[in-house]
This record gives sequence, structure tokens and C-alpha cells, in this order.
Amino acid sequence: MNSTQAPTAGIALDRPSYLHDGYGWKSWLLTKDHKRIAILYLISITVFFALGGIFAMLIRLELLTPEGDLVQAATYNRLFTMHGVIMVFFFLVPSIPATLGNFLIPLMIGAKDLAFPRINLLSWYIYVLGGGFTLWALIHGGVDTGWTFYTPFSTHYSNGYVVSTAIGVFIAGFSSILTGLNFVVTVHRMRAPGMTWFRLPLFVWSHYATSLIMILGTPVIAVTLMMVAVERTLNLGLFDPRLGGDPILFQHLFWFYSHPAVYIMVLPGMGVISELIAAFTRKRVFGYTVVAFSSIGIAVLGFLVWGHHLFVTGESVYAATVFSLLSMLVAVPSAIKVFNWTATLYEGSVSYDTPMLYALGFIGLFTIGGLTGVMIATLGLDLHLHDTYFIIAHFHYVMVGGTIMAYMGGLHYWWPKMTGKLYPVFASRLSALLIFVGFNLTFFPQFVLGYLGMPRRYWEYPPEYQVWNVLSTAGASVLGVGYVLPLCYLLYSMVYGKQAGANPWGAKGLEWETTSPPPTYNFDYPVVVDEEAYEYAPDARAAARQEAHIA
Amino acid sequence: MWSSFTMPFFPEQATGTAREVDAMFAVWLAVSLFFTLLIAVLIVVFMVRFRRRHPDEVGKTEQAGPWLEIIWSVVPLFIMLAMFAWGARLFFLQHKAPPGAVEYWATGKQWMWKFEHPDGSREINHLHIPVGQTVKLTMTSEDVIHSFGVPAFRLKQDVNPGAYTAVWFRPDRPGTYHLFCDQYCGAEHSRMVGSIVVMTPEDYAAWLAGGPAAGQSPAAVGAQLFQSLACYTCHEMGPGWMARGPSLQGVYGHQVPLEGGGAVLADEAYLRESILLPAAKVVKGWQPIMPTYQGQVSEEQLIDLIAYLKTLGTAPAMGTGAVNPPGTSSPPSGGTAGSMPAAPGPTTR
Repeated sequence: MNSTQAPTAGIALDRPSYLHDGYGWKSWLLTKDHKRIAILYLISITVFFALGGIFAMLIRLELLTPEGDLVQAATYNRLFTMHGVIMVFFFLVPSIPATLGNFLIPLMIGAKDLAFPRINLLSWYIYVLGGGFTLWALIHGGVDTGWTFYTPFSTHYSNGYVVSTAIGVFIAGFSSILTGLNFVVTVHRMRAPGMTWFRLPLFVWSHYATSLIMILGTPVIAVTLMMVAVERTLNLGLFDPRLGGDPILFQHLFWFYSHPAVYIMVLPGMGVISELIAAFTRKRVFGYTVVAFSSIGIAVLGFLVWGHHLFVTGESVYAATVFSLLSMLVAVPSAIKVFNWTATLYEGSVSYDTPMLYALGFIGLFTIGGLTGVMIATLGLDLHLHDTYFIIAHFHYVMVGGTIMAYMGGLHYWWPKMTGKLYPVFASRLSALLIFVGFNLTFFPQFVLGYLGMPRRYWEYPPEYQVWNVLSTAGASVLGVGYVLPLCYLLYSMVYGKQAGANPWGAKGLEWETTSPPPTYNFDYPVVVDEEAYEYAPDARAAARQEAHIA
Repeated sequence: MWSSFTMPFFPEQATGTAREVDAMFAVWLAVSLFFTLLIAVLIVVFMVRFRRRHPDEVGKTEQAGPWLEIIWSVVPLFIMLAMFAWGARLFFLQHKAPPGAVEYWATGKQWMWKFEHPDGSREINHLHIPVGQTVKLTMTSEDVIHSFGVPAFRLKQDVNPGAYTAVWFRPDRPGTYHLFCDQYCGAEHSRMVGSIVVMTPEDYAAWLAGGPAAGQSPAAVGAQLFQSLACYTCHEMGPGWMARGPSLQGVYGHQVPLEGGGAVLADEAYLRESILLPAAKVVKGWQPIMPTYQGQVSEEQLIDLIAYLKTLGTAPAMGTGAVNPPGTSSPPSGGTAGSMPAAPGPTTR
């Protein structure tokens, strides 16, 4: 992009990169630099991801045989609960926004930092505190309610550490709210001159939509978990029918946040994919404005579909009908995105670099996740599929096949920017392939198991389900290797990797104009934007302008 | 450690609902396969055809009009609306039991299912029913939320404490089918399993006669409770009594006007609430003087009382055994032992 001064990439400058601007532990733990905070988040969510992954492996090993033989039932229940709590609240929700979003949003809009650098650091500390509470509960014996904390089991019958886990999630929620708030204000107030709304990268659009959900939805889960804690400790009759409460009320409150939370997890991933597809086809994303508004559409509609988690609880048939219809409508903007990404490949310059492999894998897996999602939104079909492994398979296709594929793709795309180093090509392509194959082998059999009727959260199961469970466990081991490999070669690249240069992919976007890794305040020159997003071809300019005007 | 090497793809079908659910699934599967393959083929073709040929190459920008966006928004929308309508239709059909359904009762607790037949036979974890009969199962829980799920019937219904939910099915194939608790309910959740044993009418009759000691029907037990709990002293049943509470003749299924305006449908939920929390909704013209029976009657006794109240509209007061199904009283046939299912399960009473 043109700036008032020529980009200074490649010229040795008299200032350190953000990685070399101070070395002591204080320079990291008291930093206000969004890029360093992103690295802090990256390290902490990796720890939680590893922990959640270990729980997943133990779950899969237990399910290798129909008998409950590896661990006891009570242990198994704690394993899947902690797997869910850690993966959802401490990995997936912060994953892309708090790492890639934190690192890139200021760079992409030409700003020096986020609007509130201190609040940004505070949000990381709050996250660590919440994680600490949850780990404390884990070490003292864990919690066995499932990540959904359904009442009255959680309030009166569970003998796990429900309250401390709930407090952990409650605290971590504030971190999410503060990050969302910071992003919204940053996008409104910190854009460089000329960076209009319709010149924003789609990554920023999707993070803007995500931030809205974070701000509006998270307080509800905080209130809900507080109510669980109050009923459990003070015996207040909120959810327990013996005390005059309503257990279904909890489910409404819980899913009022936790369904939109699915979009907190997947929308940033969609933003990453838009960036990857544009960069590795060297082409403007097909239907930029449609894709941008579909993010907002998903965020708004996402608040109106929570009742599809309650089709078999005994909620009114009319409510169920409305929720079914709205759930299907929310699939339309998702379908639009998939078609637009695919269309972007047409007449593009398609490269097979590692991040692109992840992006293409995402499109395939997210398509399956989305289509099975509308299946279970179909009322008659949900009667059979509710609470079975079909649900497990569906949301892992969205969360793992979607969000984590996007996260890995984004990490591989921006890693040269974050560290200034290139990673080994062959190993990284191999890991993308292993993850894709391992993922499908793990979760596709679970669709079959679910249709056969195997209920979720079962420690023992009828022997005729064994073959599919063995396949799934085999897939999980491949998937595990696929996730360990990047950890090895990315760390290796930090020491031995080749210098990346400012723009190793030949990509468009302000983040590729500054040096790799960027200086503490991101740009050495005042940024002024005078072209559209993803303007790879000069003749694209007129078309893009036209589209921006129509919007 | 193979227990058995079987690789099933679809569960058994034992009801008409199961066949319709499978048909719906088959259509969705076809739609999904079409779109997944479409996307996959397009991606592979574009990947190969438009692969980067030299390092500085950039993509062309298409000048496509909005028609492409419109097509791929509208086509999925219409497919989804059609599937939504089909799914909603089945859901509505499945929501309300057809007339003539025979009423069974179930109580879930950590970690077992307790069933009660119309004739008062009780079973744990296994439910024996005759083939071809429409069964309406009214359910409640003594503790946490459970869920009654039978994959062969393609059905699932949560079982909630403090409330009644119902499910109905008409199995058309004899057999033994898995019963699962589908809502996580604590340590032994995966052992809250059992079976639904669908039997020929003859086998069922034999089973009823020879299996668990046939007890009194829920309504008969309810009638006795109505006496022993002294409900009759206020809700008078005969002429000449000084009533302190509204008559319960024919109350079930009718609108009841309430003190302070409004009305309520006297269904299972309302009757239950009025026994446990009498002051919650007081019938118009009466004083809230009834004591609570919370903690004094069990979930099963509540079921019996309600079953009794439901007979009052149609049967004479104090009538018992009004809902005995045909075959209950027939003598055991010769092949009783041979026709017993493999796993009848423990029984009570």
C-alpha cells in the first residue's frame, strides 16, 4: 500500500524489534505492547491446549473398549468435564482473538497499539487468574458436572469442585469482555487516515463482530454461574425444584451465552480464512462486503438460536419451532462465506503454502460441520440425535475442524511476522496433512456412532459400538502427532529458521509493510491508506471501489 | 479385547417414527453429500487449474454480478425451509400422543428407571410392552435431569425433577431395544441403561400374568391414597358432605377458574403443583387452607394420585382399575416360561 513515506522493509534501522526491546522478565510481564501480550497469551493458551489434549487422549483410550477399565467412572466424568471446560473457556474462546487478534488488529489498521494497552495487559492477568482457579479445582479433585454445569446436578448432587471451577470461568469471562471492549474501541478510534470501514481486512470485520458477542454475551454466563454458586453454597432456590426453582431456567441462561460463544470461537477463524484465501490466491476475496456483513449477521442471529439446545427438555413446541427456523437461518450467512471463499480461488494465483493447506482443510471440515449443524436443527431429526455422539462429532467439526484449523493456519501465516523467522516447509505441510487425516479419522466415526444412538458422556457402552470407537481412538493418535509436530518445528525455527523478511508471502495488508518482527510501535512512518483491501491487481481497483460505493 | 466384531451403520427401526426420521436423514445426507462434493470438487479443480505458475503472479479480479451471490443465498435457504417444515411436522406429531394411547409411567432416579404398567405391574430398567400398542409414557425424576432415549424408536425426551414430560411410541416389531439415559446424571450415568422389550400380545399377556406379581393399577392405589391421606374430607365425593375444597369430579383436562382472575388447564402439572404447593394457584371461590403434601408423598404416589384423579371424570367416584388393558386378566398360557424374554429385569412388589 502506498504511504506518505516508502516502506522501510529490509533497511537496517536504529531501533529494536518488539522482541528485542528489553529482555528481563519485567519487560514481558509489565509490557503494554499488544504484540508481547499476544505472545503471553500464545504461551498460556498453548499450555491449556496441551492439558485439554491430554484429557482428550485419556478419554479416547478409555473408550477403546466397551468396558470401563482404564479409569473409574468418577474419574472419567472429571476427564471429560475438565477437557470441555479447559478447551472451551481457556483455549477456544481466547485462541484466535487474544493471540492473532491482539497481535494483528493494530498492525492491520495502521495503529501503534490497541486503544487501552493497560487494559489489554489486565485482561491477560485476569485470564491467568481464572485459569489458576480452575487448575486449583482440578488439582484438588476436579469437577464432574460436564462443561455445561446442568442443574440441579451441579447445585446439589455433584461432589466435585463446582464453585471454584465456576469462579475460574467467571473470572476468565472478564478477560474476554475487556478484550472485546478494547477491539471495538480500537477499530472505531484508531484506524489510520484513509483506512475506511470498507477497506478493513475481513479479519478485522470478523473480530469486530466477535467483540460484540463477547461484550453482550459474557455477562450472562457470569450471572448464571454466580447463580449456580449461590444455590450450591447458600441453598437458594433458583434452579432446584425442591426449593421452588426451575432447572430448565439454567439451561436457557447457560445457552444464551454458550451458543453465541460458538460464534466467538468460530467467527475469528472465518476472519483468518478470508485473509489466507486472499493472500494465497493473490486476489480480493470474492464479495468482500457480503462476507463482511455475513459476520455481523451471524453475530446478531447467533443470539436468537439458543433454544435449539432445549428441543427435548420439554420446552414449548412453538418455542422449539421458532428456534429451529432461526437456527437454519443462521446457516445461510455461513454458507455464503463458504461459497465466496471457493469462488475466490477462481482465476486466482493459487499457491500450496502451508497456511493455504490449512485454509482449504478448514473449508472442507467447516462445510461438514455446518451441514450436520442444520441436520440437528431439524426438529424431528434432533429427537434422535440430541445428546448423542452425532452432536459431539458436529461441534468438533466446527470447533476443531473449523477454529483450530484456522488458528493453525493463521499461526503459520503470521509466524514469520511474529518471529521474523521461516519454518521448515516439508514438516509444516506434513503436519497440516496429518491433522486433516487424523481429524477426520477421529471424528467421522463419531457421526456413525451418534446415529447408532451412542449417548455422549458414556464411560461404558454396548459392545456393538466398539469398532467405530477403535477407529476414533486411532485417529486421535494421528491427530495428537499432528499437533505436537508444529510445536517442535516452530520452536526450532525461532533459533535456526531463515530470516523471513518483511513480506515472505508477497501478501497485501499493512502488517506486511512493516519489518518482521515489527518494532514496538509497529510502523516507522505515519501510515496513510489510499487503496482498497487486497488490491493485488491494478485493474481490481475500479471494481473494488465500485463495490465499496454500493455498500 | 474385542467384544465382538460388528460394524453397524444404522440402528434398528422399530416404529413408524423411526422410518420417517431415517427418511429425513437420508434426504439431508444426500443434500450434504451434494454440497460437500460440490465444494470439494470446485476447490480441487480451481487449485490445479489456477495454480501459481510464477512467483510474482497475481490473481485476476472477476467482474461477476450479484446473481451468483443471490443464487447461493437463496438455494440453501429454500432447502432449509423445506427441511424445517418437514422436521417441524414430525416434531408436532411426536409431541402429542394420539387418542387411544395406553398410559404407562416412568420415574428416573440416580441411576435406574422405574416403570409402572397400567395394571400396576412394576419393573426396573426394563419395560415390556405389546407390539402394535400405542404407549404414552409420562415421566418424572426423583433427583436430577435424566433423558429417556430409545435409538430404535428415534426418540428422546428429558425427564425433569418437579415436572412431567411425556413421550409416545407405537413399536411395530417385536424385539429387545436399547434404553439409554441420554442426559448426563452423575457417576453411573452410563449404567442407567436398560431395554424396551416389545412382545407379541400373547407373550405380553403371559408375561404380565407370570412375571412380576400384578399389583393394583395406579388409579386403584391412588384411590386408596385418596382415602388414607384423607383428601376426601375436603374434596367431597358424595352428596351431603360439607366441602371445604373444590370437587375433583371431572377436573382433569378442564379449565379451572382461579382466585384473582385467570384460569388454568388442570393437567398433570397443575394437579401435581396443587398437591405439593396448594397455595400456588387457588381455585376461584375457595380459601387457601390446604396443607402442603411436599415430602409426604413420593413421586410414585403422586403418579398414582393423578392417575386416580384422571379417572374421576369418566368413571364413578372411587372407581378402581378403570384403565386395565385387555389381556391383563387372561390366564397364563402354556408357553409362559418359554416366551419370557431373556432379560425381564428385576421387579418390585
